[in-house]
Amino acid sequence: MATEIPRIELGDWIESGLNYLTSNYSGVTRGISAVTQTGINGLNDLLMWIPEWGLMAMIALLCWRVAGIRLGIGAVLGLALIWNLDLWDPMIETLTLVVIATLVAVVVAIPVGIAAALSERLYRVIMPILDFMQTMPAFVYLIPAIPFFGIGSVSAIFATVIFSMPPAIRFTTLGIRQVPTDLIEAADAFGSTTTQKLFKVQLPLSLPTVMAGINQTIMLALSMVVIAAMIGADGLGNEVWRAIQRLRPGDGFEAGIAVVILAMLLDRLTQSFRKTRKS
Amino acid sequence: MSEKRPVKIQVRGLSKVFGNQPKKALELRDQGQKRPEILEQTGQTLGLSNIDFDVYEGELLVIMGLSGSGKSTLIRCLNRLIDTTEGDIIIDGENIPTLSTKELLECRRRHFSMVFQNFALFPHRTVQQNTEYGLEIRGVDKAERTETARNSLKQVGLDGWEDAMPSQLSGGMQQRVGLARALANDSSVLLMDEAFSALDPLIRKDMQQELLELQHRMKKTTVFITHDLDEALNIGDRIILLKDGEIVQIGTPEEILTSPADEYVERFIEGVDMSRILTARHAMRPVRATAREDDGPRTALRKMSENGLDSIYVTSRDRKLIGLIDADSADKAVKEGQQSIDSLIHQDFRSVSPDEPLHNLFAMFSDKGFPIAVVDEERRLLGVVVKGAVLAELAEAGDN
Repeated sequence: MATEIPRIELGDWIESGLNYLTSNYSGVTRGISAVTQTGINGLNDLLMWIPEWGLMAMIALLCWRVAGIRLGIGAVLGLALIWNLDLWDPMIETLTLVVIATLVAVVVAIPVGIAAALSERLYRVIMPILDFMQTMPAFVYLIPAIPFFGIGSVSAIFATVIFSMPPAIRFTTLGIRQVPTDLIEAADAFGSTTTQKLFKVQLPLSLPTVMAGINQTIMLALSMVVIAAMIGADGLGNEVWRAIQRLRPGDGFEAGIAVVILAMLLDRLTQSFRKTRKS
Repeated sequence: MSEKRPVKIQVRGLSKVFGNQPKKALELRDQGQKRPEILEQTGQTLGLSNIDFDVYEGELLVIMGLSGSGKSTLIRCLNRLIDTTEGDIIIDGENIPTLSTKELLECRRRHFSMVFQNFALFPHRTVQQNTEYGLEIRGVDKAERTETARNSLKQVGLDGWEDAMPSQLSGGMQQRVGLARALANDSSVLLMDEAFSALDPLIRKDMQQELLELQHRMKKTTVFITHDLDEALNIGDRIILLKDGEIVQIGTPEEILTSPADEYVERFIEGVDMSRILTARHAMRPVRATAREDDGPRTALRKMSENGLDSIYVTSRDRKLIGLIDADSADKAVKEGQQSIDSLIHQDFRSVSPDEPLHNLFAMFSDKGFPIAVVDEERRLLGVVVKGAVLAELAEAGDN
């Protein structure tokens, strides 16, 4: 090259930034790590403690009540297959990670989504950040997770939360912005405060859209916790990972099918939550 | 209206500019520029310019104009759903444009309730819950607001529908809920933004009638927006005509029809069916002669012949209408030597109030051609209407 333009050391800067965070805020990260690990263990132990047939019956019953008898039967068949393939324990581990990651993501996403819907300025700041979060290859999040939280489930949760949060924020913002203006005018005309307007009009009316966002978040979380096996997360992803390392396609497909079954159950279940709330 | 009436809302010098340089637009306005020039030069839309009017206590004031005239902006300035650019809106001593957010909330709760063109009912709430909304956000306790909401639903004829969802109701019924929601709030002013425009014509007429009755009963100060002159004339105590963000004329329906302020108003009223607007009062002629109940047949006959009449109304001393005598029977009675007209008086004629629309009168003219008597509430004879006068009045109105 004729002209010497120095290389921009973007990677170095990010790395030193991350180093700074890990060395100076290790107390914080260790705290988060401990709390999250306790949560994971607690939920995991609970789900493991319930006998397989008992949990199967409970999930099937839930599916039946919420989505109808067909999903109920589907749940029994699907879960029975997973049990039969000896993948029950990894399935529970994956489910635990998905549930916790989704909970954290939703708890953060909904207030952020509301704030972005109500403030035009915040909206303009948050939307590019969400674009960044969603387009960055998912694997990249795994790398900084390790220095923060070490190898294991907590890092998996961290990466999963970041990866799966954007749709919940986007849909919440969208849902609130979609509330018809004449309803907002009506709420204002009667003298509602901002809080009253939010809780009595905007949030109830945006609920179907928010639920769609949560559904998306769950699906993304599931896909991410499988990938997170690369940094030592337990569960079905780990089974797939092992199958790859040992070149055993049969084992890989068995675990993959278990993921598909879990995904279908979670998806249909949350979608029908949305529909029943709507009618 | 010459009488002094208590003023509920005073609007003075109200202007609204849409855009980010309102000062510039108002400067041009003050130099005499109109809306299109201001838009071209500054990119600012002059929504309302220098609006002055009063809303009287207990009246139904209609603000009328075509789309783009600024009527929706105007009504939203009243409760500050839209912020004003300059001017005062004073209600009970409070100047709305200067209120703080908190005072504005309080002011909206106390003074204004609003009915919307597309009903704006909350789809996730039942009819009852919709009606309660205004009370709920004011913190009225459950039992009281249930009671109040039920009452207002009853007033609009929706008792029994409390648990229905808005989507289960027809358009007319939905707007009744909208009205009930506004009434339940018991605010001092009712704002109605094209409230009946989305309804089909028959339902619309019914709703206008019901609103009139409600308004008559409750004497609620009402500001009603419409683009429909027939509707304005039908329900308005007074009408404000708005064009391009300025007031063209303020007056009673009659004033607007009989002396339109300018060409714009004239063009507006061209399409109105005059026979629905003009009443018996307009076509009525003073009574040239009446017979007294103690007149004899001879006197009655003389009064008729002196005034060239075929028949004559008989009134008591205090001008109360007793009946009608026609010339033939009076003539016969004179020849037979009768002294009293009592036996000649008959009731074979129609009497109407002065407010009866002209179009109702056509059907009333009998074959015998007796004039229609116009009487007040105490049956005092105010005048008579003959067929020719009705036609003449309509023809004249048509010419204008």
